Parts: sequence; C-alpha cells; structure tokens
Amino acid sequence: MNDLVLHPGLVLIVGALLLPFLRGTPRSVAIVALPLVVLGLVWQVPDGAVWQLRFLDHTITPLQGDKLSRLFATIFAIMAVGGGLFALGQKSRLEVPAAFVYAGSAIGVALAGDLITVFAFWELMAVGSTLVLWSQGSEASYRAARRYAMIHLLGGVILFAGVTGHVVQTGSVAFTHMEADSVAHWLILIGFLINAGAPPLSAWLPDAYPEASWSGTVFLSAFTTKTAVYVLIRGFAGTELLIWVGLFMVFYGIVYALLENDMRRILAYSIVNQVGFMIAGIGIGTEMALNGAAAHAFTHIIYKALLLMSAGSVLLMTGRRKCSELGGLFHTMPLTTVCGTIGALAISSFPLTSGFVSKSMVSQAAADGHLLYVWLALTAASAGVFLHAGIKFPWFVFFQKDSGLRPAEPPATMRWAMVFFAFLCIAIGVWAEPLYALLPYATSYEPYTWAHVLAQLQLLLFSGLAFFVMLPFLKRTLTITLDTDWLWRRLGPALYTLVQKPYAALQRLLGRELNRTGKAADAMVQRHYGQDGRLARTWSTRSMALWVLVLLAGYLLLYYA
Amino acid sequence: MQQPNDPRPHWLDHPANVKRLYRGFIVVLALTVLAELLVHLHPHFEVDALFGFNAWFGFLACLAMIVVAKGLALVLKRPDTYYDDKNDE
Repeated sequence: MNDLVLHPGLVLIVGALLLPFLRGTPRSVAIVALPLVVLGLVWQVPDGAVWQLRFLDHTITPLQGDKLSRLFATIFAIMAVGGGLFALGQKSRLEVPAAFVYAGSAIGVALAGDLITVFAFWELMAVGSTLVLWSQGSEASYRAARRYAMIHLLGGVILFAGVTGHVVQTGSVAFTHMEADSVAHWLILIGFLINAGAPPLSAWLPDAYPEASWSGTVFLSAFTTKTAVYVLIRGFAGTELLIWVGLFMVFYGIVYALLENDMRRILAYSIVNQVGFMIAGIGIGTEMALNGAAAHAFTHIIYKALLLMSAGSVLLMTGRRKCSELGGLFHTMPLTTVCGTIGALAISSFPLTSGFVSKSMVSQAAADGHLLYVWLALTAASAGVFLHAGIKFPWFVFFQKDSGLRPAEPPATMRWAMVFFAFLCIAIGVWAEPLYALLPYATSYEPYTWAHVLAQLQLLLFSGLAFFVMLPFLKRTLTITLDTDWLWRRLGPALYTLVQKPYAALQRLLGRELNRTGKAADAMVQRHYGQDGRLARTWSTRSMALWVLVLLAGYLLLYYA
Repeated sequence: MQQPNDPRPHWLDHPANVKRLYRGFIVVLALTVLAELLVHLHPHFEVDALFGFNAWFGFLACLAMIVVAKGLALVLKRPDTYYDDKNDE
C-alpha cells in the first residue's frame, strides 16, 4: 500500500463536508480550488493497484489507476470545477457540498479496482444526487427526489445482489470484464443500466433532473449516467445486447424531446439520447468503438453542462422554464445565447466542435464492422440530435417569436463558467489530439477529412431544413408526454387504491367476525370461570368430600375391573 | 448588448434580414450537395454511395422522426398539469 497517493474522490468528499463551515470569499475560493486540487491528484494516480485493504475476508482495491479510470476521473473533476464556479451564487448552502460528495463518489467509482468499492461509491452517489435535487427546496423537487431515490435504491439493491452472487461464484471481488452469462452478471448489468437511463426505467431521468435548481441540474447531468457508461465499458464491452439498448435510447430521447415543452426536460431527454450513442459503442466493443464511447462521454459532459448552464441562466433570470413562454432572449442575453448555441452545435457534432471529434468514432466503428443497419440508425440519430437539441433548444429559448422578455445576463461567475465550457467545446473540436491521447486505446483516428466534414455538414444542414419545413408541426403546446414514470406515479397508486379498498373491506369483515367469536368465547369463559361460574365457585367441604369419595370409588372399581 | 429597456429593434427583428438569412441557408444547402462533385466521400456501404446520400437521408430521417413523434403524441399527450394533483406516490 502506497500511503503517499491520496484518494482524489475521498479528498473531494471530505472537502465537501468541510465546506459548510466556510462563508464568503474563502468559501468561493474553496469551491473552485478544491476540485482543481482533486484534478491534480487524479493525475498522481499511477497505473495498477494503489490502495489495498482487507475487508470481510476479501482484498479490496479502493484506488486503482489506468487510462480509462483517469479519463473519467479527469472529466468528473473538471465538471466539479465548472459546476462549482457556475453555482457560486446559489443560495442553498446544501447544494454545492452535496454536489461535491456526488462528484467525489463518481471519481471513487472511476478509480475503484473492485466491485465492493464500486458499490459503496455507487450508493454514495445516489445519496449525494438526491440531496442536490432536494436542496432546490420546492414541494415538486422534494417529491421528485423521493421518486428518484426510490429508483436508485432499487438499482442499488439489484447491483448488490449481483455483486454478492459474483463474489460467491468466482471468489473474486476484482472489477474486470464480465460476460452476461449468469444470473449474478445479469443483475450487475441491470443495476448498471438503470443508472445509465436505459429502458424500461429511463423515465427517472427526465422526471427528476429538471426539478433541481438552476445550478443543480448542471451537476446532475454529468455524473450518474456517465459513471454507468464507465462501468459498462470496463465490465460489459462487446455485449451485443447493448447495441440495441443504445439504439433504443437514442431514438427514445429524440422522439420525447421533440414533443417536450420544458426547456430543461428537452435537454434531459437528450442526455438519454447521447448516452444511447455511448452504450451502442460499448455494445460494438471494438477498440475504436470503446474509444468513441469514452471520448463521447468526456465531450458530452462538457457540452451538456454548457447547455444546462445556459438554460439555468434563463431560468434564474426569467423564472420561466417552458418554451412556449420563452423566445427572443438573444436581445438582452447575447453571451448566454452564444454559449448555449455553441453547446447546441457541439451536441450536434458540428465540425470544429467537440462532438464532431468524439461521436464520429462510434459511427466509424459501426462502418468498420460492416454493421449496415447500426450505422444507418446512428446516422439517422445524428440527424435527429440536431433536430431535437441542436436547433430546437436554442430556437425556442433564444429566438423564435419574441416573448417580450428582456432579462439581463446572469451574474459574472455564471458567465465565466459558461465561457470556460464553451471554450473547451471549441478547443477540443479544433485540437482533438490531447483528448485522443487520454483515451484507453491508442488511436490514429483523423476526424478532419474533407469527406467526413462534407458528409456531416450535409447531414446536419438538411436536418435543419427539415426542422424549418416542419416547424408548424413542432409548435410548443402546454403538454407533457406520458413516459414509463406513469407506471409508478399513476398505475402503481391506482392499483394500490384498487386493491386497498376490497382489502380494507375484507379486513373490516374479518375484524367483525373475529370480534363476534371473541365475544362469544369471552362470554363462555365468564360463564364457567367467572365469579359465579360453576368451575370457579367456592364449594362446600361437604360436597368436595362427596366428590372425592365418588372419584376414589370409581378408581377402585376401574382398578379391579 | 442591448439594455433591458432599449426600444430599438435588433437587426434580427427585421423580417427582411431574416429572409436574407433563410436565402443564405438555402444557398449553403445547395453548395454542400454540389461540393460532392469535387470531394470523394469514401462510402462504406452501397447505399451511402448514392449521390447526396447524407442530405436526403438526413432530411427523410428527420421527417420520419417527427411523424413518429406526432403519432406517439396522439396516444400519450396530456396537459402539463397532469401530475399536479399530487397523488403520485
């Protein structure tokens, strides 16, 4: 055990627990400096097992490094820096510490060498994220936090059952590649997929995330789904089922986002869509595909946080979240508009943005593997991303018809956070080599060929044409679209009511019957053993002597008979 | 940056300018397809070797997704106050 290497995740968690004792400038400095220190520590983690402990007859490895682990730990730390900066003006004193516990646990999962540590940090993430959601303080967020916690505790139980089964079967706690070949491994896979936002429970994500505060959603968008991507890359790369799960998520996200009116729920559905690309890449499982999934997780965290920062700024400055009430904000929020649009271009994989250099690796892997239908679906989905997030979000929020709202730009720290992430989106887009050098496998992939740029521009611009041609059909209405959360928000309670009424009637009937029988028994006991009962009366010595005589005589007769 | 109470219209508020932007967009669309005559696109399959594949495939895919979404909405659309009566847990 090397004591000199600190655990970056634990440093962030312990730091988060000390944050509530700080006020004013020291607090602000600590919020930005702490994750920067953690980022430095991530890069101190060498390859191989660093910390090893004995725990319940197992050797666990709470700290272990390799390229894949460091890549995810790096982006989680960068996210904590940007998110912390954005949230400096947040009134809730709970949110940022909770978000840092959440981020630290995500780093803990990324650097865990065994399944027990993965599980422990996995659960701590659920606690941290629930508190982030809860700290918004409204009745709606409290209820959303309860539903969110319920789903994640369920996922945790399934994961725990799987891990236990795996340990019993293999005798090893090491977190390495698994095949979906036993009940235990299926349970682990299901536990991972629940956090990834995969069907059928995907609705937890768009249900919960948009209920957090203007800054809370920025944190929430980054960690849970991307740690799930990380553990799937490490544990289940090349599992073919994941291709189909990923493709389902991709189109589910697009279709629901197209129908959505709440600006942050549009972006929440688009998280499912983007994670779908990563999961499909993990299912393809080649080095190119896994590099693509990892790179896409990295760039996605940045541009999705940027998009949600611009949406959070709009929410904070206008108090509105529905597209049907927004529009024309570019007049007085030009910086927010530009940053939101850069995020929108990056998520659409426009050339010169980060999405272009990461997502195309997944498509390339599908083409290299001659998976025609997968490739066609991914291409159609790329067009759909521009449709549902790339144009729809900036168009309805910042442009379209003028809502008459003239809000000011958000406070300086929020503007700086947006500029920082917008810069990263462009910087990675024009200079991808540093990111490629961090990827788990060596790659010589060259995103900027004339053919690739032209093909992508055709695809995206004609999707844009489709958007404007179909605009009359995309007008926002004051509606939601039912999703699988209906099962636990409506069907479950309805079934409960349905069963509960007859059950209560039965209970009443049984109670009455029991009561009557009980009373009858009671009366009988009273009659025989009560004060004047035949069996409890005081008898005279005379009759007692008579009865003893009768008994003894009877005994004598029977004895000799 | 325009101040919150500035009554002057932005250049994007003029319908004529918006029309110019749309025209420019159409020109760029045409150029991206015509550029295919100059740049070889390295198709991986047979279907993407067809002329302007990315353009028409992207356009049609988007139309299809919008149609599917509208179809789904016929069944699953509800007023956004649907869950507001708080009987949800």
